[in-house]
This record gives sequence, structure tokens and C-alpha cells, in this order.
Amino acid sequence: MATVTTPKKSVAVNPLKQSQPLGAALAFLGLKGIMPLFHGSQGCTAFAKVMLVRHFREAIPLSTTAMTEVSTILGGEENVEQAILTLMEKSKPAIIGLCTTGLTETRGDDMTGILQTIRKRHPELHDLPIVFVSTPDFKGALQDGFAATVESIVRELPRSGETRPDQITLLVSPAFAPGDVQEIKEIVADFGLTAIAVPDLSLSLDGHLDDSYNTVTSGGTTLAELREIGSSVYTLALGESMRGAAIALESQFGIPYEVFPSLSNLDAIDSFLEGLANLSGVPVPAKYRRQRTQLQDAMLDTHFFFGRKRVSLAMEPDLLWSTVHFLQSMGADIQSAVTTTKSPLLENLPVESVTIGDLEDFEQLAVGSDLLIGNSNVAAIARRLHTPLYRLGFPIFDRLGNGQRCTVGYRGMTQLLFDLGNVFLEQEENHTKHSGDVIDEF
Amino acid sequence: MGFTTDLTENDVIFGGEKRLYKAILEVKERYNPAAVFVYSTCVTALIGDDLDAVCQKAAEKTGTPIIPVNSPGFIGSKNLGNRVGGESLLEYVVGTREPEYTTPYDINLIGEYNIAGELWGVLPIFKKLGIRVLAQITGDGRYNDIACSHRAKLNVMICSKALINMARKMEERYGIPYIEESFYGVADMNRCLRNIAAKIGDANLQQRVEQVIQEETAQLDAALAPYRARLKGKRVVLYTGGVKSWSIISAAKDLGMEVCATSTKKSTEEDKARIKELLGQDGIMMEKGNAQELLRVIAQTKADMLIAGGRNQYTALKAKIPFLDINQERHHSYAGYVGMVEMARELEEALYSPVWAQVRKPAPWDMEVS
Repeated sequence: MATVTTPKKSVAVNPLKQSQPLGAALAFLGLKGIMPLFHGSQGCTAFAKVMLVRHFREAIPLSTTAMTEVSTILGGEENVEQAILTLMEKSKPAIIGLCTTGLTETRGDDMTGILQTIRKRHPELHDLPIVFVSTPDFKGALQDGFAATVESIVRELPRSGETRPDQITLLVSPAFAPGDVQEIKEIVADFGLTAIAVPDLSLSLDGHLDDSYNTVTSGGTTLAELREIGSSVYTLALGESMRGAAIALESQFGIPYEVFPSLSNLDAIDSFLEGLANLSGVPVPAKYRRQRTQLQDAMLDTHFFFGRKRVSLAMEPDLLWSTVHFLQSMGADIQSAVTTTKSPLLENLPVESVTIGDLEDFEQLAVGSDLLIGNSNVAAIARRLHTPLYRLGFPIFDRLGNGQRCTVGYRGMTQLLFDLGNVFLEQEENHTKHSGDVIDEF
Repeated sequence: MGFTTDLTENDVIFGGEKRLYKAILEVKERYNPAAVFVYSTCVTALIGDDLDAVCQKAAEKTGTPIIPVNSPGFIGSKNLGNRVGGESLLEYVVGTREPEYTTPYDINLIGEYNIAGELWGVLPIFKKLGIRVLAQITGDGRYNDIACSHRAKLNVMICSKALINMARKMEERYGIPYIEESFYGVADMNRCLRNIAAKIGDANLQQRVEQVIQEETAQLDAALAPYRARLKGKRVVLYTGGVKSWSIISAAKDLGMEVCATSTKKSTEEDKARIKELLGQDGIMMEKGNAQELLRVIAQTKADMLIAGGRNQYTALKAKIPFLDINQERHHSYAGYVGMVEMARELEEALYSPVWAQVRKPAPWDMEVS
């Protein structure tokens, strides 16, 4: 059980958290043919876009209602209307994902009313789904905006239908990268199940070359799939923040669900595969039995380097939960944990305390650690503290391959063990060499 | 380092002024900066926080300059934000301190942002010439230098759009003349040095400039020779804003490359006139542009590569077209004589990379079908 603290200060220094609208954009980007639309000023959108482009190294569709001084005073209805009509003309999206920002939330634009008026005025928009989500910058963090968006998607788009015994819904939190989603889908498919992942970043932000230029997302969960979610037999919520969306599906369609807060430690992966076996009636395929033995072997090889290492973590709650359990399952200690936003997970973390804070807090708490884990903004702290950094989370702009990276399942966890184990190993070798030098001198 | 008041819903309802005041005091106490610049955002502008009053009160309390910048996102573009920042500098900073000493060769650089450290490639040239850069506004700038910048003899504008108000007002208030120059390309760099010397009006300096130009260009010609041979006649489309739209044309021409189209989206009328002159008859000037338009122009002009800002990087790459990043997020410095070699090397690398043939190659089984 952890004590959750929020430092009392009036200024955040080097913030760790990212905004809710950015989280909303990321979630929307996992739907096929979508155009995310920020209702706010142009700069907000440009900034979110730059962050996403730098992390994924991909072209990112993102548009804005481009609020000006005048429209800020008079109200944004016309801007929203104009933006939607222009997008329909130029990009012909299958879905529009509309979210608010600090500006329009402070103004208090009545978005439901605005959307109703626009629909009344433009019957030609009848077939265009516009998923709306409220995401003020001044509340919550990326994970909250992402979760609220997934909840809006599953509230607005699925339709009820006859249950298909082999179809399940995967609700995927932002703790999982596109490469993770790809691995999880593959595992599910190997049990003979059809998975509809929401959002499915593995088809949009995995980094792949299309034949032609697209103004909207070229891959992701399709609208047809989203409609059919009501027919799924089960919901697997990956990451605690997906619980709300899972409950929404349960209350609408009576679909039972289970939350898997992590897929990066042996017990968690075991129970995930066991769950899939029970659900499908298919025994765990030989491939995974083999991978499990490989993981166990990797645990043996790497445990020397993890044991009693003090690690400091700066990341969003879902990813924090998963990373804490991964590290503790290898014998490492958590020196400090800093996170971005509230979550029911935090109190239950098996660490002494968790801080909802910024990177200034992190820098103070992380002194004396053997390893830091966090996003690219932690790199400067790592340099100052002369401590290695393993990059995890968002944004990561100084490492390649964020679209393909996989740290889940037996295979992903094995790779994570080697990656981190190598960091520790190198550290120990440097240390030994350094001590050797000292001895030589005497 | 970045600081934010990290407003909550409560602050939005009850106002953020107290929080801001405390935030400034905390920053002063923990980081002791030379000055604090406070920016308003959409939210604080909308809830009507009195930024100027809070800053004044905090300045009195701390004895440190606390400077308000009224820059909510909804007032306009990044260029306008630059201008608003410049106005705050004029209002609160420039002329508030005196330099330890002055020389007849003191200049300010305005609108130079030291992207990828490129200013550091140019400063040694000034030093060699005995020109003192009094203030850099604001690439690698220092508060104290900018506070003293009203004692310069000449303002050299590098980006002609965003901070022109600073140059104009400094001329008005302090009688400092200004010239608009570019550090990109040999011809422009030479002209920049000659114009500075001419404006300062020192025959000795002019002579030194000629000598330095001779040395630098001779050295540069030797360094560039192998690249020029490989870049000659290559066709590029340029898509970038403001001053860069003409200054990069000039740099590309120095390398023997042909600019077939450029954007004029953020350019001033003067920029446009200059572009027209540089592009010649067949050049296309793109007033508006999005990714699709850009790809269409590249196809139409049979360009070999795109030079643009980072946000268009993937427009080019996904269309399998070589790309060079020219905007603020790049990692290479292209300014001055040394930057020219760097730019040539990057262009050559991009154009002649062996990946182009491979990424354009269809899978063998797809070829058999067709």
C-alpha cells in the first residue's frame, strides 16, 4: 500500500504530464479513416501534432477549429461548423474525433448543443459519426484524455447484435505501444478468437509504408468493427484506465469484462493466456509454452543484474503499475515513483509512496538510484545525476522505433529483460573497470 | 527548463493571480534567475487574470525584473507570438542597463535563434573582424546583454518578419539603423559582412571584411568542390516560411542546385520580391499549401528533393522523396561559411542515399503479376 502525495507548490517545474487533448488525439489515431479535430486555438493543435510526429516519426492527421480573438469572444459554433464542413470536403474522413481544449472549456462552449444545431443545419452529415469528448487541459493528464476518448467511442459507436462466441473486444490503454497491440492481437488470434482492439494503434502508428498519401489515418479499428463491438462475447480491458469503457460496454450490452492492469510480468501473462484458453476452449498453443520457457531462462540469466537495484520511475499510472510489478518480480527495488494523475491503482502499488508531481520532484527523489525509467524529458536529469536512463512512456523523441517496440507477452517481456539487463550489465562493467583503475594506482 | 502554474479547475473558477504570484516567488527562491518572463495563455487571458499587475507586484517584492508577455494562443500565429515577445523586450528590458564599455563596432543580432547551435559557427567570423555582438536577440541571448542593447551602433535583422518591430522601434527611440541580412549561403553571408562594414562606415573594417571573405570563400570553395559536382543541376522544392524562403534559395544556388518552387505563405511583400528575383521565370511561388499540394508540385516540377520544416518531413518520406529539414527542430547548423559545408554534406547524403532505390522497389512477386 502506497501513500499518495501531491507536493504543495504553486509552480510545476519541467512537467511530467501531457495534456488531455493530446491523449484524446492519440486514442482517436487508432481508428481507421479518422480526423481528430481540436476545438481550440491553432497553437494547441500544432503543439500536440509536433509531439506525436516526433515520437512516432509518422505523418499525423490532426486538425483545428482555429479559434481567433473574435471567435473566442463571440463563441466557437461557427468555427466548429466550418471545420467539419471543410474536413468533409477535403479529407472525407470516416469519423471525426472532436475534443475540447483549455480555451473552449474555459469559454464554456456547449458542445452537445453546437453539434445538434450543426446536424440540424446539415442533413448531409447524417452518416458521419462525430465522436465528442471533453478534455480540458487544466484537468487530468494524457491517460485521462485517452481513457475518456475510448469511453466516448464505445458509448457512441457500437450497436447491439447477436453475440458472436469467438469475438472479443480489447480496450487498450496508452501504456501499450503499437508494437504491444500487435503482439497482443497475435496472441489472441492464436487462440482462434477474433479481436477488435480499441484503439488499434498497431495498424496506424506502427510505422509502415503505404502506397498512397493519406490525409486521414490509413489504418486502425474500422467503423464497421466499432459498430460490431456490441456483439462481442467478452471485453478484455488492458490497463486500469480502460475500466470505465469496459463498464460502459457492460451496461449497454451486458458484455462481461476483465481488467488486466499489466502484461509484462510472468504471473500477469500467465493469467492472460489462461483466460484466453478458458474463453476460447483452445489450449495454450505450443508457441507460447516455448516462449514461456525462454522467458524463464532469460529471468535466470538476467536476475543477477536486477537484484536489489534501486530504480526510480516517472510515468503515467497504468504504465507505472506495470513497470513496478515487472521490476519487483525480478528482485529490483523501487526507490521512487512519480506519476501524472490520480488513479485507483496508486494506493495499491506495493511501494512506500507515490508522488503526483513534476520532474523537479522526480530529480530530488531519484538521487542515488541505479536506474531511471521515464520519457525523453528525463534525459537531462539522468545526465545531471550521472545515472542511466531507460526510455519508456511518452514522448520519446531521442530514440528510434517507438512504433514497433514491444514489452508485453512472454516475448516482449523477454526483450525488456535483455534491454534493461544490458543497461545494468554495462553499468557494473564500468564500475568494475573504474575500481580496477583505482587499485592499479595503488 | 520549463515552468508552469499548472492551473486546476479551481483556479479557472476563482482566478489564477494568487497562484501566479506565489509561483514567481518560488521560482525566484529556488532558481534565482536573472529575470522571469511570464506568458499568458488562452485560459488565463480568458479568465481575465491581470498579468501586468501581478508581475509588477512580484518585481517589487523580489527586486528582479518580472516581465509580462501577453501571448494567449488565440491571438494568432507563432510569428505574432515572436512580435509580442519583442514588444515586451522593448517595453521592459531594452535600455534598462548600461554596458560596461562600448566600441564603434557594437552590433545586435535580431531574429537569430541559434538553431542547432548555428550562431556559434558565425560568431567567430565577427570576432575575427573585430565586430562585437552586443546582444543576441534571442538565440543564446543573455538578459543583461539585451538590457544594454540600446547602445549598439547597428541592428542586424536576420529574420525579417517576426521582430521587425524591434528594429524599427530601436531606430526610432535610440537612432540605431538596421539592415536585413541572412547567414545562409556564401553570397548572402558575404553581402551580410560587407553591409555591416559599410553601415558602420569604417574603411579599415571594410578592408578586413574583404580579406576575410577572400580567405573564407577560398577555403569554402575547396571544401565544397566535391559536393558541388554531385549537387549540380539537382532540382529542389522549398517549403518554409518567411525569410528562409529566399535565403535558402540563395544557398541552394550557391551549390549549383535549381529551386523549382518555393512557398511564400509567411513571407512579407519584400520577401516575395526577393524570391521572384532569385527564382527566375519558371519558378513556382506557392501562396497556399498543404501536403497534397506540395506533393503535386514536386511531381509537376520533377523535383529531386524537398527542403522544408519538420512537419512536412513525413509528407516527403512517405512519398519516397529525399528530404532536408530546414526549420527549428533540425539537428544541423547551416548558417555561415561552416554551415554551408554542413548543408552541402546533408543534401548530398539525402539525395544519394542507397535507400531510395530500395524503398521504391516493388516486391518481386508483385512485379511478376504486373
